[in-house]
Amino acid sequence: MVAMSTRRSRNDIRGLAEPDVEAPKTARIEGDTAVFDAADLSPRQINLELRRLVYGEQIPEVTIENPGAKHSVAVGILTRCRITIDGSVGYFGATLGDGPEIHITGRVGWSVAENMMSGVTVIDKNAGSLTGAAMRGGDLVIRGHVGARTGIDQKGGTIIVGGNAGALTGFMMQRGRQIICGDAGPGMGDSMYDGAIYVGGAVASLGVDCVEAEMTPEDDELIDRKFRIYGMDRPASFRKFVCGKKLWNYDNLEPSERKLVL
Amino acid sequence: MCGIAGIIHTDGPGDVGAEMTRMLQSMKHRGPDSAGYALYGEPSELLVMRFKLADPNETSDFDFSERLERSRREVESRLSKVGATVDRVQGESAYAYRASFRYEGELKPLADYIENIPGCEVLSLGHSLEIVKDLGDARTVSDSYRLGEFRGTHAIGHVRMATESDVDIAGAHPYWAYPFSDVAVVHNGQLTNYHQWRRRLERHGHRFQSECDSEIIAVYLAERLADGMSLETAMKTSLSDLDGVFTYLVVTEDSLGMAKDEMAAKPLVLHEGDGMVALASEESAIRAVLPQEIDSYDPYESEVLVWSR
Repeated sequence: MVAMSTRRSRNDIRGLAEPDVEAPKTARIEGDTAVFDAADLSPRQINLELRRLVYGEQIPEVTIENPGAKHSVAVGILTRCRITIDGSVGYFGATLGDGPEIHITGRVGWSVAENMMSGVTVIDKNAGSLTGAAMRGGDLVIRGHVGARTGIDQKGGTIIVGGNAGALTGFMMQRGRQIICGDAGPGMGDSMYDGAIYVGGAVASLGVDCVEAEMTPEDDELIDRKFRIYGMDRPASFRKFVCGKKLWNYDNLEPSERKLVL
Repeated sequence: MCGIAGIIHTDGPGDVGAEMTRMLQSMKHRGPDSAGYALYGEPSELLVMRFKLADPNETSDFDFSERLERSRREVESRLSKVGATVDRVQGESAYAYRASFRYEGELKPLADYIENIPGCEVLSLGHSLEIVKDLGDARTVSDSYRLGEFRGTHAIGHVRMATESDVDIAGAHPYWAYPFSDVAVVHNGQLTNYHQWRRRLERHGHRFQSECDSEIIAVYLAERLADGMSLETAMKTSLSDLDGVFTYLVVTEDSLGMAKDEMAAKPLVLHEGDGMVALASEESAIRAVLPQEIDSYDPYESEVLVWSR
């Protein structure tokens, strides 16, 4: 067990944020790798220690032990590195990343990898709702089940779910793709603008303006390639769902705009 | 936002008071306004009634303590009048009390008669249910009501961020399913057909102590249970009868249930372990009582689950 940080951080008046906290510097560094125990650290201390290691010490491989389902762990890492989180994290885990490969061996709460720009996030167990919300790029792999509204407002990248997905999967997604191996809940692809959702199991119901499309050889090739990378078993067949484009009204001007143009 | 938590031991009683405090305290950021507990101890022959005679927001004017004392004596005398044999009445805080007594009759007339005393609200009534709620975080409430020693089989709790009604005890969860013995509810969310349901239930003779939308879930379920419906069926009908977003937990003398709305808009994490089931808005609350890595998942939309002790 790593020695505890002796300096307690000061909380703000709400008892939440810690404006003047410093990195605890408790990591064991061996060559290119570092390990630290997060059991007694606050989320801010965990993130400061992580930043110190990947930015300050330039260590490409960091392992976080005992994350204890804390929120906002490994947020906003903007460099290429490999982070292993050995356990479960809470809400907003691995969000706002640009470049890192993050492997979480436990479960994650809501909004994992929200707004990920690039990189890879792999979760070995289940995930909560809003998985990969507003994601822009990279691969997000959940080997277990996910909750509702997976990839809401997704703008790019690939979300792969090994198990089932809940209600309103792909709600308002704008680009990118989702590959769901199991079943999808009601209202799938509701109000999606673009992108594709591949489902291996049953779909409870489709949302507004989501329609089934034909699988092309390119789709199958892409799915095969992704499953090979992450060593996952591929379901025998997939169905593809895309936007029906009935709600596309981009050419139509609002009444107030029409006055300006005319 | 609000945080809810529930725990049920399937292999005999545990320290549910201390466990629930740890779970709720770890979710303090979800609601710092008030904290509440519905705890189930060993069932006894006696009925236990938790009630309050004033609100912490009330100003202590010149005869405040005399008035409380008069009201407390009035509660005792009214209990005797309806034929209850009072075991003891003890003060739990400046304004909250716990009474135990022997009583065979109907609960609704008893509760109505007691609540007729000005400022009085019956928080819970049952053979093993005890509801404790007050302003402040879980640690504050647990310390002032000495809940650390409470042993029992199951419990639910709530930390509140007030959105729909005042910050007072009447607006704090859990809600007792008036006038149904040993049933309580905590809720995270907003109900949009609250006024329709409140008018409907008031016409059926039920009373409401607060302006809080969550109170109708408790009374709604109580009415269905009184009609002979099983808890699970009553919860399933609530999914279509209640509009809005909700995840709620309900406890009865021997079971704990959860229900989630059809959009799964509010969070709930579930862990089913050996000898216990724990649920909470955040996994960190479960990990406050189970520090090791656990398997957990989010129940899906429109899901209703019930466990028995």
